[in-house]
Amino acid sequence: MGAGYGSTFHLGGISFQAGAGSVVGLIGPNGGGKSTLLKAVAGVIPLREGQIRLGGRPLRRNEGHIAFVPQREEVNWDFPVSAGDVVLMGRYRAAGWVRRPGAEDRRKAGAALARLGLEGKGNRHISQFSGGQQQRIFLARALVQEPRVVLLDEPFTGIDQENREVLHQVIAGFARDGVIVLIATHDLDEVAAMTTHVCCLAGRFVAFGPTASTFTPETLRATFGGQLAVFA
Amino acid sequence: MLDFITEPLGYPFIQRALIEIVIVGTVCGLVGCFVVLRGLAFVGDALAHTVFPGVVLSYIAGRSIMIGAFAFGALTAIGIGVLSRSRRVSADSAVGVLFAAFFALGVVLISRQAGFKKDLGSLLFGNVLGVSREDVIATLIIAVIVIAVLFLLLKEFTVVAFDATMARSLGYPVFALDLVLLLLVAATIVVSLQTVGNILILALIVTPPATARLLTDRLGQMMALSVAAGVLAGVAGIFISYHADTAAGGTIVLAGTALFLLALVFAPNHGLLSTFLQRRRGYHHVHHYHPIDEAAPPGGH
Repeated sequence: MGAGYGSTFHLGGISFQAGAGSVVGLIGPNGGGKSTLLKAVAGVIPLREGQIRLGGRPLRRNEGHIAFVPQREEVNWDFPVSAGDVVLMGRYRAAGWVRRPGAEDRRKAGAALARLGLEGKGNRHISQFSGGQQQRIFLARALVQEPRVVLLDEPFTGIDQENREVLHQVIAGFARDGVIVLIATHDLDEVAAMTTHVCCLAGRFVAFGPTASTFTPETLRATFGGQLAVFA
Repeated sequence: MLDFITEPLGYPFIQRALIEIVIVGTVCGLVGCFVVLRGLAFVGDALAHTVFPGVVLSYIAGRSIMIGAFAFGALTAIGIGVLSRSRRVSADSAVGVLFAAFFALGVVLISRQAGFKKDLGSLLFGNVLGVSREDVIATLIIAVIVIAVLFLLLKEFTVVAFDATMARSLGYPVFALDLVLLLLVAATIVVSLQTVGNILILALIVTPPATARLLTDRLGQMMALSVAAGVLAGVAGIFISYHADTAAGGTIVLAGTALFLLALVFAPNHGLLSTFLQRRRGYHHVHHYHPIDEAAPPGGH
């Protein structure tokens, strides 16, 4: 597949397959195309070439299979919604057009908040939570979507140890349920620890493969050029 | 004191004006919430001006101004949507170009009409005291349609406004939803035209939701309070303008502004007064940030 913005930036020749339960780390320098790839999969920017297939057939976004967990900076924290409202948005697609989420959807939203340690805090406005808790709200929203693919955009940035562990549990939980997790991140330690596969992007497609065999000093040098000191 | 209210109520034109402003306050208050939350105030202002040539044409043809106004409003909504898709023209510029061009067209059309001057004022500044029974009925019908569409698509509009990335990843037709929202704004402007006119419409669409946002953190409450603020400003404005012998449109807008200023100072969480007091009590976060206990670790799976 390939994707890009206007005529100025184009990321092409990307091709990889990830099985159910894979955790794929998207790595590369700034401007290397991590976000572009994530946004192309999310459908925010159109594909320029190729296609994305899910379970053997072309991906249809309106089936609600994709959950996107945005970066903190990309969320409008002044929007008048409570934590519970945000999580409930994960059920909107399942509810369908026009219809409102029902009691079952509310129960699932409440359960997801509880699973992420935010039980009983669903009525608070989203700006009244700490950074780590705010990320948990969006993880809860991804959970209730019951997706087949989860996209995480720089999830490890600026979170403390406790929230990091929560994030690890959620990612592991998704993988156990057969969900494909794509993580765009700068945090190479997390890539080594958490992922089953890596996809290296440096303005072009560099490499894809199991973390064990692909996450090597050679690939990293090819991906980051001279920007990274590799201590093997 | 009671005379203040009962005396004007004796006049049928005041009764009609009150009914009209309640309908207009309601629809503006609801649609305005999304105008404010999406940051579309400039687009709203543009729409209010671009309907002007439609109004003039309807006037020349001797038809209801709503028909021409809505035609040009819809044209603008589509124009903004299409132009802003081009990467070479920013959405702001697209709106600016259409805004000026259409208003200029109205000015040019007017300059060819002799004897139009006397009605120009009511077109630009509205004339809520002059609405007919038919106007009120037409307003009611359009308002009901606008509100129905808004509520049917409420959850979709909310997702697009809050998180467009999520909306796209869910496969929502974001462009089409934006277009529908712009059309609702256009229709809202059309029905409000006769109450406060082109120039002041924005105040009915933006001020009540902005007031409501100061008072609550929940969308549902914001919409309810926005309607309350709009209707209250409208009704108060009409009574005050009757007694003070001032222009109804301007008085309505000033009443709405007064409510906004009251909320700005006295709102419980976001108000200047409460922010000041919170800071004195030692809350250093300007943004009313109350950290919730971080303790509870999640219970795993």
